[in-house]
Amino acid sequence: MTSIAPFVIFLIGAIIVSVTRGHVRSAVLVATPVIGALNLLSFSSGYSVHFELFEFTATPVRVDKLSLLFGYLFHLAAFIGAIFSLHVKDRVQHVSGTLYAGSAVGAVFAGDLITLFVFWELLALTSVFLILARRTPRSYAASMRYLIIQVTSGVILLAGVLMYAHQTGSITFDYIGLDGPASWLILLAFGIKCAFPFLHNWLTDAYPEATPTGTVFLSAFTTKVAVYALARGYPGTELLVYIGGTMAMFPIFFAVIENDLRRVLAYSLINQVGFMVCGIGIGTALAVNGAVAHAFNDVIFKGLLFMSMGAVLYRTGKINGSELGGLYKSMPFTAGFCIVGAASISAFPLFSGFVSKSMVMVAALHEGHPIIWLALLFASAGVFHHAGIKIPFFAFFSHDSGIRTKEAPPNMLIAMGLAAVLCVFNGTYPWLLYSWLPFPVDYEPYTVAHIIVQCQLLFFSALAFCWLKLSNLYPPELPSTNIDAEWTYRRLMPAVIGRIARALSWVNTGAVARVQRWLERMLLQIYRHHGPHGILARTWPTGSMAIWTTILLGAYLLLYYVAT
Amino acid sequence: MIENLPALQIVIPLLGAVLCALVRHGGIAWAISTLVSWMMPVVAGLILAQVLSDGAISYAMGGWAPPFGIEFRIDAANGFVLLLISVVGAVIMPYARRSVGAEISRRNQAWFYTMYLLCLCGLLGVSITGDAFNAFVFLEVSSLSTYALIALGKDRRALLAAYQYLIMGTIGATLYVIGVGLLYTMTGSLNFVDVAARIADMETTRPILAAIAFIMVGLSLKLALFPLHVWLPNAYAYAPSLATAFLAATATKVAVYLMLRFLFTVFGLHATFENLPLTEIFLALSIAAMFGASIVAIFQENVKRMLAYSSVAQIGYITLGIALANQTGLTGGIVHLFNHAMMKGALFLVLGAVAFRLGTVKIEELAGLGRRMPVTMGAFVVAGLSIIGTPGTAGFISKWYLAVGALEQGMWWLVFLLVASSLLSVVYIGRVVEVVWFRPLSEKAEGAREMPLDMLVPTLILVAATVYFGIDTSLTADIASSAASALLEGVK
Repeated sequence: MTSIAPFVIFLIGAIIVSVTRGHVRSAVLVATPVIGALNLLSFSSGYSVHFELFEFTATPVRVDKLSLLFGYLFHLAAFIGAIFSLHVKDRVQHVSGTLYAGSAVGAVFAGDLITLFVFWELLALTSVFLILARRTPRSYAASMRYLIIQVTSGVILLAGVLMYAHQTGSITFDYIGLDGPASWLILLAFGIKCAFPFLHNWLTDAYPEATPTGTVFLSAFTTKVAVYALARGYPGTELLVYIGGTMAMFPIFFAVIENDLRRVLAYSLINQVGFMVCGIGIGTALAVNGAVAHAFNDVIFKGLLFMSMGAVLYRTGKINGSELGGLYKSMPFTAGFCIVGAASISAFPLFSGFVSKSMVMVAALHEGHPIIWLALLFASAGVFHHAGIKIPFFAFFSHDSGIRTKEAPPNMLIAMGLAAVLCVFNGTYPWLLYSWLPFPVDYEPYTVAHIIVQCQLLFFSALAFCWLKLSNLYPPELPSTNIDAEWTYRRLMPAVIGRIARALSWVNTGAVARVQRWLERMLLQIYRHHGPHGILARTWPTGSMAIWTTILLGAYLLLYYVAT
Repeated sequence: MIENLPALQIVIPLLGAVLCALVRHGGIAWAISTLVSWMMPVVAGLILAQVLSDGAISYAMGGWAPPFGIEFRIDAANGFVLLLISVVGAVIMPYARRSVGAEISRRNQAWFYTMYLLCLCGLLGVSITGDAFNAFVFLEVSSLSTYALIALGKDRRALLAAYQYLIMGTIGATLYVIGVGLLYTMTGSLNFVDVAARIADMETTRPILAAIAFIMVGLSLKLALFPLHVWLPNAYAYAPSLATAFLAATATKVAVYLMLRFLFTVFGLHATFENLPLTEIFLALSIAAMFGASIVAIFQENVKRMLAYSSVAQIGYITLGIALANQTGLTGGIVHLFNHAMMKGALFLVLGAVAFRLGTVKIEELAGLGRRMPVTMGAFVVAGLSIIGTPGTAGFISKWYLAVGALEQGMWWLVFLLVASSLLSVVYIGRVVEVVWFRPLSEKAEGAREMPLDMLVPTLILVAATVYFGIDTSLTADIASSAASALLEGVK
């Protein structure tokens, strides 16, 4: 079997999806990632394609262990996402979802920075339809904010790449490291997609506004592509350790007070990505392995959580914690799958988070970052709090909201079941995952000490939740919009831009009025030339154009005489 | 035959124009124009091939040896421009029949083709000649016919626009000829190469400096360099669709070429960029164009006018390449001259088709048109992506060279400006794309159909060219690069 560039399969799939309907479309949707994964089997590590672009060598496809792992992961996520969204009748969502997954696959197999940039922008352009497709004014506004930030990230990347290519004479995408303005620009571009603190708001802003199925796709790809890019370009950059630590910690507070349960998950997504960024920053074999393994597990269990919330939203039309509750009676399977996802993200022993998250933490301790270790420990407790308990508790238990609905449709259940099985499988038998990691693994997750520490952490965290809840200290679920650092662009920038726009419009109308007056004068003059009172001999009045010409001529002459 | 090719390049369209004027029949005039336009690329291609293999060609018109006779002199730079003009002319002719048929009254159609061929003759003449005064003559041939072409537009405002352009174009030509007169007084010659040889020891004298200033300002007017661009938006917006597409793709490009010729061949790098603050002036004006015109474009309601402003901005990119005055930057400028001709030509042809079907190019009337004219609007999106500079399109290649050229000059901040101005084009192109594809159908768009095949094919050829030259740059970038080195070497 000859191998095809991974992105092309998704492109062909998307084209077929765009012209078919019904069962044929469903079959193509599900088959695309499967065929893609089979195609990946034909690649071996070290394979790459080259062609000449300007004076550089472009490498549109480059396969090694790191890109293969992410490649398989994205195919898996696309497969689960496709099953989960089979019931959707909206063609736009299917096409953009397929293309979006394809762009992510293309990005991880990009061997040069120009190709990476192309897929980087494609990720933005294809994913925005998943948010737009909800077709509410809120989602429209959120999608535009999302698009602007994502495209800006791409533009910054391009500027960085240009400077990097000029500086090093090569556009190959390998270790970059922080060295000079070019590398800072590229890191900034990666950081935006990776949701670094203060650059993260697009994520918590847009993901909860996407369609129930769209968020499942969104949660899998964009940030993970950025994690991949960081792992390739900036392993061992110490700055990332602290950024990662901050990312793991700060979303917890927002997640606890947030009411929209999908936004809670969006915050916890940042929190989990923080672990990965931290691992990449530490940069040892164990840490990078941990980061990558955690990325793998996170896509599955975060996808599972978003799927369960998507199912709830799909069936009830509500997603705020304050409006939900008691759904376990109507949606027992969804509730069960949600709990599996919650257990995985909280790193319960035997669930997938347990075997990967601790790799990063152990590495942090080994490499002499005790404070970061503490931060990550706190973050682990916090994530159990808001994602492990809060999500299932408020959606499926808590007070009975009185909502009686049907269980999620079968395709959703199958997708969730698949993800749940993977969570448990990776948690109980991690060695298969370990064998795919970029570096050889000699890490044993199931030691007595690790299990005990983790259980203590979880139980005390659960205790704290119960105590806070019983003593009514727990922040109540209130319908509200929490604005954090996005204040800068949702409040401050509109104010500033509004002011500039008003000033500009004044200038603009002023100019228009002048041109109009000028045209009127000119018309009047023409009338005067040719009209009954015409003075045909008179020369045409020097309009502002002629004045400009004269000014420019004068300026040239002056400058020339001065210069010589 | 083969040694008389340079003369044929001018004589054929001139004779064609006369024939068109004599037959007075739209259909026959179209056939003549098509025949002439299709011969031009063959001639230009043969000339360019000869230049690329054997070096510059010198052709003495009428057998009078230069510098006293008029010399046609072709090197890589103007050979490339000749090919560009001829190809654009040839591609759009099949499109002309229906578009002109719909927009020009039956009585005037033959005149339209006469003017078109005269304009083609003038533009080719400016590009081919090696004589400063002869260039002026051809410049006026093309300009005068352009005024008439614009005035033939259906919109009543076309008359006013043509009149305004007439005034400004004449001022520009006057300044140019004053400059040439000064040059002649000082050097006693009009031949580019001859003047260049004689100017070396007097390049800081005041008359020469004044000549540079007059010629630069005159040509800046012709090429619509900000802030002397004000004639352009109305002229492009109200001219017949075909004329707009042709002029946008060729007219300003020829003026740019003539400016390059004066800056690098006649005056030489030393007299211009090294002695005078030309880099700073051009940089400032180019950046002002890139931003000022793009911002204006964003607020336009008439899509044709919007693209006209976008042209002003894109000319800013070309002059930016000139301002950099190094091999890479100049290559970027010249390659953008070619690429912009392709993409803007394609965009104006799309709008011509919209005008053909809807009778309007107001943005709100275009709502939902993507559902009725998917191929046409798809062509708009692809050509628009090229304007933005998306990788995989020709626009990216130009911007890449410009950015690298800026970095070579140590102007890394310019890279940011390039990228930022591309963002502005994302906005104005994106605005149209959003209206066309995502809005509910407007009443006017309801009954629209895809454009006819003979209009569609030329459009798609230009769109395909923007994609093709974004991937395979061997034709464009390599010739532009040798043109740039030919210019930078000067005549010494």
